[in-house]
Amino acid sequence: MSTYALELKDVRKNFGKTEIIRGVNLAVQAGERVAVIGPNGAGKSTLFNLISGRFGPSSGEILLGGQRIDHKKPYEINRMGLSRSFQITNIFPKLSVFENLRCAVLWSLGYKYTFFKFLSGLKDANDRADQLLEMIHLDKKRDVLAMNLTYAEQRALEIGVTIAGGAEVILLDEPTAGMSKSETSRFIHLIKEVTEGKTLLTVEHDMGVVFGLADKIAVVVYGEVIAFDTPEAVRANAKVQEAYLGSSVADSQAGGH
Amino acid sequence: MASVYKFKPYNVGRWIIWSLFALVLVCAPLVFTSNLSVTMLAQMGIAVIACLSYNMLLGQGGMLSFGHAVYTGLGSYMAIHALNAVSAGKLNIPVSALPLVGGLAGMGFAVLLGWVTTRKAGTPFAMITMGVAELVFAMSLMFSEFFGGEAGVSGNRVAGQAFMGINYGPQIQVYYLIAAYTFVCVALMYAFTQTPLGRILNAVRDNPERVEFIGYNTQRVRYTAFIIAGFFAGIAGGLGALNFEIVTAEVVGAGRSGAYLLFTFLGGATFFFGPIIGAILMVIAFVLLSELTKAWLLYLGLVFLFMVMYAPGGVASLIMMNLRLAKFGKLRQIWTSYLALGLTALVMLAGAGAMIEMVYHLQLNAALGDQVRYMGVMLNAKGIDSWFGCAFVMLTGLGLFELCRRQYLSEWGDIQTEIEKEIKRRETAV
Repeated sequence: MSTYALELKDVRKNFGKTEIIRGVNLAVQAGERVAVIGPNGAGKSTLFNLISGRFGPSSGEILLGGQRIDHKKPYEINRMGLSRSFQITNIFPKLSVFENLRCAVLWSLGYKYTFFKFLSGLKDANDRADQLLEMIHLDKKRDVLAMNLTYAEQRALEIGVTIAGGAEVILLDEPTAGMSKSETSRFIHLIKEVTEGKTLLTVEHDMGVVFGLADKIAVVVYGEVIAFDTPEAVRANAKVQEAYLGSSVADSQAGGH
Repeated sequence: MASVYKFKPYNVGRWIIWSLFALVLVCAPLVFTSNLSVTMLAQMGIAVIACLSYNMLLGQGGMLSFGHAVYTGLGSYMAIHALNAVSAGKLNIPVSALPLVGGLAGMGFAVLLGWVTTRKAGTPFAMITMGVAELVFAMSLMFSEFFGGEAGVSGNRVAGQAFMGINYGPQIQVYYLIAAYTFVCVALMYAFTQTPLGRILNAVRDNPERVEFIGYNTQRVRYTAFIIAGFFAGIAGGLGALNFEIVTAEVVGAGRSGAYLLFTFLGGATFFFGPIIGAILMVIAFVLLSELTKAWLLYLGLVFLFMVMYAPGGVASLIMMNLRLAKFGKLRQIWTSYLALGLTALVMLAGAGAMIEMVYHLQLNAALGDQVRYMGVMLNAKGIDSWFGCAFVMLTGLGLFELCRRQYLSEWGDIQTEIEKEIKRRETAV
């Protein structure tokens, strides 16, 4: 029996006649941090969308802790312990920071569709939301509407909403997209903190960040995982260098991403 | 940090507001004692429940329903049939409980029809509610046993056992029944906004996709909220049946649904209390404005138009914006501008109104001669001088209004900057 936290078996996805994901196999151990890298349009985000249930794969199996999750709804997958963030900030703009986080903890604490209890009386939900506020360093912005936060703060809230439900497997889609160099390094520190002990998959472009953060790197090129190994092994991999990494490493050293 | 929130059941401000609300409900008919006022107050109570239940969909769930009258209307029908059953001795429930029959009916139909409508959100939702509303209205013409055909179904609310001398004969007794229901329903609907489902409903309004990724089935959230809204809508319908003692097919019609939408929006869908204002305006418009002028629907349409364009948050948002000013002590700086705006707007409206009335007179009352009595002045609907005079008044008003509006906008902008600065200053002071 597989004991992988997350496992993909020959996952494929077509849009019309175009095959975007072309037979991906991936097995992630519990507690591993995996960086998913690859050129634009390689299918990284599509892969995340398949795993998180935004759409179903055309064929293949996806397993979360040994249980099939392909063709389940996003909310079912979330309840089973997988949570994701989005590349384009995806929070509740007209709710306060605190309310954003409290909404995100409600299901995991068993409140479901309750309308016979007052929110203000839910001590566990309120405590958890406040604890999350401190974790993402937004406690000073508690009652600010999410739409009035700065970009970096919104990205932090996005992470907060993602981890709020206590999911064991976390998918972060380009968490540092659009951030400055210094913001990025602070942010990666935050991500490390809040996902301590969890299984993490993250799409990331900044190679410096990737090598600092990840236990393993999955290289996606043209809908396939061409390498999945430790950072050192991936860096040494000739196929990867040829297909992707060489130029990108040079880029990142030159200051681009 | 964990001590910042606290469950405060004895929150003083809240107690004051709710006590005042109860006081207003109790005292209103003692202040406005005429028959017309009591009738209007009763209708306002009903409209408040209906508009608030509608806003559970529109303001809190982002569901633009074009068929809310289906649930108030079917509630009315069930309640009037139940009333007739009570009169005939076939059913033994007190008349005071009949609105609950309406509520259960509204809820039942929401369970049934909402299952279809809430599968979709956004524009498809709006379309489907419209379709369902048309369907129910068409049925009302087909099944005249239940809907009573053209004449509708009438009843007599003096039925069953009188309790402590309350037989609901006099209008004032019905008013107090409605007031009691209004208070309880408003309190319950407010409470709903403070529950987990109520908050998730807001999240579904803002960003349904994200809600799916925090464990919630958005369809189920919408459906549950829809059923609850249906329940309160049905109560409003049931109260309506008792109040009017007659229910006609018009209560499930598109016009009624449109009125809920329009006045909820006018009152302000973004604040809980907005629809209460909307409901009061609705009754004033339907009862008073319609008496005053035949062109009342046109005026209503214009008001709606300008509200959507310039104050999409409705009356409630205008109030809240100015409360903010008052909180920072800035209202003094701008009240003269409000006065100027109001006066120039009145001049403009007087001119425009005179022309509209003359057009209506020519169209509808031509047989009564060319003379139109308007605000104490006799106008000649076919006279060039009358038309010219009215146009002059309107254009002058418009010009002055525009000048005042520009002045007001710049003052408003200045005050907002000052307030922002003040907030920054306070933040750093802490």
